[in-house]
Amino acid sequence: MGDPLFNNGFDLGVVLIVLVKSLIGFTFVMVGVIFMIWFERKVIADMQNRIGPNRAGPFGLLQTLADGIKLIFKEDLRPDRADPLVFRLAPYLSVAPAFLTFCIVPIGGVFTSGQDGSVHLFGHTTYLQVADPPIGVLFLLAMSSIGVYGVMLAGWSSGSKYPLLGAVRASAQMVSYEAALGLSVVTVILMTGSLSTHDIVATQAGRFLDWNLVTTAVVPFVIFSIAACAELNRPPFDLVEAEQELVGGFHTEYSSIRFGMFYLAEFMNTITMSAIIVTLFLGGPSGPVLFGPQQIWPLVWFTLKLLGFLFGFVWLRATLPRFRYDQLMDLGWKGLIPASLVWLILVAVIRVGNDQDWPRVVGPLVGLGVAGAVFLLLLGALRTSATRRHDEAEVGS
Amino acid sequence: MGYLAGFAVTFQKMFKWTPSGETVTVQYPKDKRPKPERLHGRHVLNRYEDGMEKCIGCELCAGVCPAKCIYVRGADNPPDDPVSPGERYGFVYEINFLRCIHCDLCVEACPTEAITESKLFEFSFTNRQDAIYTKSELVVGDDGRPQHLPWEDWRDGEDIPTSAWMRATAAHGAAIHEGEVAWSAELGYGTRAPEPAQSDADLSRSLVSEVREADSGYQSSDDAHGGGH
Repeated sequence: MGDPLFNNGFDLGVVLIVLVKSLIGFTFVMVGVIFMIWFERKVIADMQNRIGPNRAGPFGLLQTLADGIKLIFKEDLRPDRADPLVFRLAPYLSVAPAFLTFCIVPIGGVFTSGQDGSVHLFGHTTYLQVADPPIGVLFLLAMSSIGVYGVMLAGWSSGSKYPLLGAVRASAQMVSYEAALGLSVVTVILMTGSLSTHDIVATQAGRFLDWNLVTTAVVPFVIFSIAACAELNRPPFDLVEAEQELVGGFHTEYSSIRFGMFYLAEFMNTITMSAIIVTLFLGGPSGPVLFGPQQIWPLVWFTLKLLGFLFGFVWLRATLPRFRYDQLMDLGWKGLIPASLVWLILVAVIRVGNDQDWPRVVGPLVGLGVAGAVFLLLLGALRTSATRRHDEAEVGS
Repeated sequence: MGYLAGFAVTFQKMFKWTPSGETVTVQYPKDKRPKPERLHGRHVLNRYEDGMEKCIGCELCAGVCPAKCIYVRGADNPPDDPVSPGERYGFVYEINFLRCIHCDLCVEACPTEAITESKLFEFSFTNRQDAIYTKSELVVGDDGRPQHLPWEDWRDGEDIPTSAWMRATAAHGAAIHEGEVAWSAELGYGTRAPEPAQSDADLSRSLVSEVREADSGYQSSDDAHGGGH
């Protein structure tokens, strides 16, 4: 349980390894963000018959760097009516959780043939992830909730109406999709029996059929992906920054590198969320070792899966138009949350059935029965509320 | 496919599998889009094939200019070294391109086809003085091409044709005169080929014949009327 790094006491070497791991993790995400921004702009340009950035460096690879330097040298404006302390704090509240979430993602390590994914460094044994807290996935949910504070406080402290409206939308959206996000994670935890991301990856090691994508039968994966997209405020769920309606949303009043930090946080979150999806459902770094040193391949597989998801997010952005606000809320509360609840019950009953040696058919049947009952209750509730709203409208008119 | 069809569209466009996926961006300063045939750019003052200037300093262009951006002063031609074939020539000729709206009314007004608009418009003046083109900058060079001023960005071929197109209000602008040479000969280019047909060949031909009939009818009735007296 936990990172074996701390098993033999706590000395300078351990501290150094932790520092180096944090540094490498941070660099990984930062470099990832730089190239993700370039990748997104390039891919979306290709999809829209454009060329995309091609001026700074070969293929425009250094465009993000140039933009960053430009942002640093720009004037840092603060509106008169802004709350000075909170206004300055908000960007950090946005960036920090984005990076902290990435800390729990295992990015490498061999989990097959009896190994537990640990590596030996300078006489110490450790996992290839910055931290492996026993609460793992709970930490993810906690951090994504704190990310809402960054957005909310930024909007509120700007002392301006558009940021406030954007922030209200953002927090409502993020809070409502967090429920679906959490409920679909619970099915993964049910299959794994542990909250630790390391354990989640370890149980998926080996065959493709062991991946949680298969063991939880795709549905939680789909729900989690949609909810993650909404949680990231990326298109088609980018109502937060709907520039046609809200100027720039919660960061309208931000300029210079403070704006840059929100931008950074957004892309950091995209990378982190993709990494989390890969960890939870696609076996993290697991994959076949083809040739050469076996420690390399997990890193390669992880990066490839990550890239696949990052491309997916860009693809979504290029294809789908933005949701209307009521459609967004309908999808979240009436679609994703009931679906993930029903699936959770189904998985739970099958799991209990397996443990209790029920006959094979009983588990799914009981599960389906409960799910059906839940569904009917929900339908009744929705219909009742619709009727009441209709009556109210009639009374009102 | 329903909801998913859109994803196929964007995916195909990314790899340029369909003709609609071809990149439409032109890397502007490096590459340029072809310019429309009748684009209104900056003016030039044309010369005859023997090198004489066409401008006679009549100031009609200055008079018609709605933006009041043209300043002309005529002067008598020196008898021993005439600048233009007629009695007078344009002694001072200035166009302020900060005011010019490129309406082409000056071109319509010009009786000698001296002032025309080229397709050149990609200039970056660094001061207001440069924006006022004087006569020495407007007159075409000895090869008949517009002068390439330091702040102008244009490349070979973009200066053709400098004498623009048939004027809309000119007598020979009527469809009946299609196919006739309508422009006086120019230094460097000689006689320009007649204007291409206006749009649909059949349509214009039928229009031409209608106009011809109408014309001849008018002519004959006029004759008859005259004969009656």
